[in-house]
Amino acid sequence: MTRDPIGLALSLMNRVAGQAWLDRLGLRPVVEKTAYQGTRAGFRTLALAGREFRRVNEWLPKQRLPAKAPADLFNLTLDEDQQMIVDSLHRFARDTLRPAAAAADEAATIPAGLFAAAAELGLTLYAVPEAFGGVAETASPVTSVLIAEQLAWGDMGLASALLAPFSVAQAITRWGSGEQQSRYLPAFCEESPPLATIAIDEPTPLFDPLKPATSATVTGSGYCLNGFKSGVVLGAESDLILVAAELHGRPRLFLVETAGADGIRVKPDPAMGLRAAKLARLEFKDLRLPADALLGGDDFDYQAMLDLGTLLRCGLAIGSAQAVLDYVIPYCNEREAFGEPISHRQSVAFMISDLAIETDSMRLLTWRAAARAETGQSFHREACLAHLLCSEKAVAAGSHGVQLLGGHGFVREHPVERWYRDLRSVATLYGGVHA
Amino acid sequence: MYLEIPRKFGAIVHQAQQVARSVFRPISRKYDLAEHAYPQELDMFAAIMDGMNDGAADGGAGAGKLARSGGKPSEGNVNGTNMKTVLGLTELCWGDVGLALSIPRQGLGNSAIAAVANEAQLARLGNTWAAMAITEPGAGSDSAAIRTTATLDGDHYVINGEKIYVTAGERANAVVVWATLDRSKGRAAIKSFVVEKGTPGMAVVRLEKKLGIRASDTAAIRFDNCRVPKENLLGDPEISVDKGFAGAMQTFDNTRPVVAGMAIGLARAALEKTRELLAPVGLEPDYQLQTWQQPAVIRELQLLEAELEAARLLTLRAAWMADNGQPNSKEASMAKAKAGRVGNAITLRCVELCGSLGYGETELLEKWARDSKILDIFEGTQQIQLLIIARRLLGKSSSELK
Repeated sequence: MTRDPIGLALSLMNRVAGQAWLDRLGLRPVVEKTAYQGTRAGFRTLALAGREFRRVNEWLPKQRLPAKAPADLFNLTLDEDQQMIVDSLHRFARDTLRPAAAAADEAATIPAGLFAAAAELGLTLYAVPEAFGGVAETASPVTSVLIAEQLAWGDMGLASALLAPFSVAQAITRWGSGEQQSRYLPAFCEESPPLATIAIDEPTPLFDPLKPATSATVTGSGYCLNGFKSGVVLGAESDLILVAAELHGRPRLFLVETAGADGIRVKPDPAMGLRAAKLARLEFKDLRLPADALLGGDDFDYQAMLDLGTLLRCGLAIGSAQAVLDYVIPYCNEREAFGEPISHRQSVAFMISDLAIETDSMRLLTWRAAARAETGQSFHREACLAHLLCSEKAVAAGSHGVQLLGGHGFVREHPVERWYRDLRSVATLYGGVHA
Repeated sequence: MYLEIPRKFGAIVHQAQQVARSVFRPISRKYDLAEHAYPQELDMFAAIMDGMNDGAADGGAGAGKLARSGGKPSEGNVNGTNMKTVLGLTELCWGDVGLALSIPRQGLGNSAIAAVANEAQLARLGNTWAAMAITEPGAGSDSAAIRTTATLDGDHYVINGEKIYVTAGERANAVVVWATLDRSKGRAAIKSFVVEKGTPGMAVVRLEKKLGIRASDTAAIRFDNCRVPKENLLGDPEISVDKGFAGAMQTFDNTRPVVAGMAIGLARAALEKTRELLAPVGLEPDYQLQTWQQPAVIRELQLLEAELEAARLLTLRAAWMADNGQPNSKEASMAKAKAGRVGNAITLRCVELCGSLGYGETELLEKWARDSKILDIFEGTQQIQLLIIARRLLGKSSSELK
């Protein structure tokens, strides 16, 4: 199986030369790798000397992106803007993400130039209304799903890292007060946007995102936050974290700035996959938050927030499953056994047919839910159906991918073992995403 | 991008739902038990359906109106006859698949005529009720291996052979028969011929007793020196590798989404009935993201619904592509494969979830579980669909990927 020269060079050098090559290729990690050695490392205090978000005295009234008008006809054609975004992100995924993916997974790190490259593409601009410096005119969950699909085709781990700040911007645009939007959103439109993430998952089996154990209590000056979060994308790097916590018996999201914070501890939470996304555990211990840290007001809808997150998660699943399909087709046509390509065997060919059927099933279910969300229609049922189907089929796609390559699929020379690990996350994680 | 059914089809969906609810359901069990009895209730209904189609400004719906896929790309976005027919049949099969297959003038043969007939043939044969005769005792999925022959003799073709599994073969006014002009020339020599009822030499020799769709007659027909006018050969009489068989197979690109739609309607009926039976027990559907904290049956219902929804959208996509003149062979097979298998799995699971109530004849659930199996077999089995999809994806010929 051919492999592009950069990818091959990276994986070979990685094996013999450890970390030295990172500097030579300019893929210096954002944070020193020693910070991410694994679960043996204990919690350390998280107080990044990172970005401070300045409060503004004169804020704009809160902006809500209007829904698009429902169409008259069933239509699967992408509009011009969507097609343009898909095309440019596909090139980015193919030329930048895919070649960097193996090394990023191996070293559990993110190539330094990556966020800058994403900023150049204007990724977060699509999440921010014009009034705050972005380009968004209407709510566009469909476009968000398409973006996730394309990025995850390149690599789901890197895509998760890139989409976390995008998702935070989306969430603030959809739910934030005027003051919150004025304080945070312009930063996402700057040349180097902040790193940000959404922390929902907790280290417990059968975790239900509707019932976080992390809790917030009201204090004289605001809130006090206590609890644990796990599997948090960019958990140790983010300047801003949206944290799901129970308040007065109901789940809410809190805006937590990490610069100079007292009461947040972090440790790496490396997992089966998504290693480039630098998953981390967070502990909040009597973390004091100001009164305006509670995201949104009366129109905040926690379930809708989760549902919108699900759409992006499904987008990631579709992109990665499509990557599997696109990889196994040439492989099975080239790989010979018993004197002919293995694709001439029905047992092999039918697995590929199933892969295609279920990838499109995931895609159409997700697109429908997103299109309903985009046009202001109810979409909870559709989002739940998409999430369940994607949960089931994503893991099967990862499994098919490895199986079709046999022993070659099990070794890291091919990306399918990474996709197998990444695709398991679809049913496992709820945080880090918002469409 | 928008994946909702357009409002303009609301009326036909509503009409078909009324027929399914008020005409089919009340007689559904009756004709399941009385296999081979002719459901006379359908005659009046067929007249209504004809009226609907003739009056429709946009060309109507139904088996005889399916557009030809892979045709000229149309201007702008079209939701047309293919989608409308899928939606109509979905609703009718929510009522009863066997009865839907017995509606006069809505046979598969009508779709074949619509797909390959020339203008003169369309004018002459467009309004007949035509069944489709492809399968033979020795040739099922490998339809290129058929042995029935057609020999030109003056102004007539003389047909000899035996056909089985002809849906509506006894009730239809005509049968579209696949026969070969020259067995040595392979699939290119296979042509379809319209044989009208009463033509000497054609005889229904048997009606099958079946697992399901018992309201629909399934005939075995023998052709013994059966002479048909040569104008009854559909399409081009020349043996051409490019057109011949491929043209005949093109019919399937349009009919497969319709059969997928049938499976979807049937499975939806089973899911709805199961929910209805579960409600008094206090088990209502509840959509959640974390499904593992729900009762097993609620999670299962959510999963079945997701599978059904996937099949439905794949089917709408295939129909939409045909309406818009896009080649849809792969997508039609994807829809048929998915809908066939989930329709079957859903109906069988619903029987299980309802226990002896699901298994007994008091409810229709057990009948639907029997009916659904044929939808994963006729118009191309699950395995044939997977072959077609795989050949397209992998770029393989039928001699490479067998």
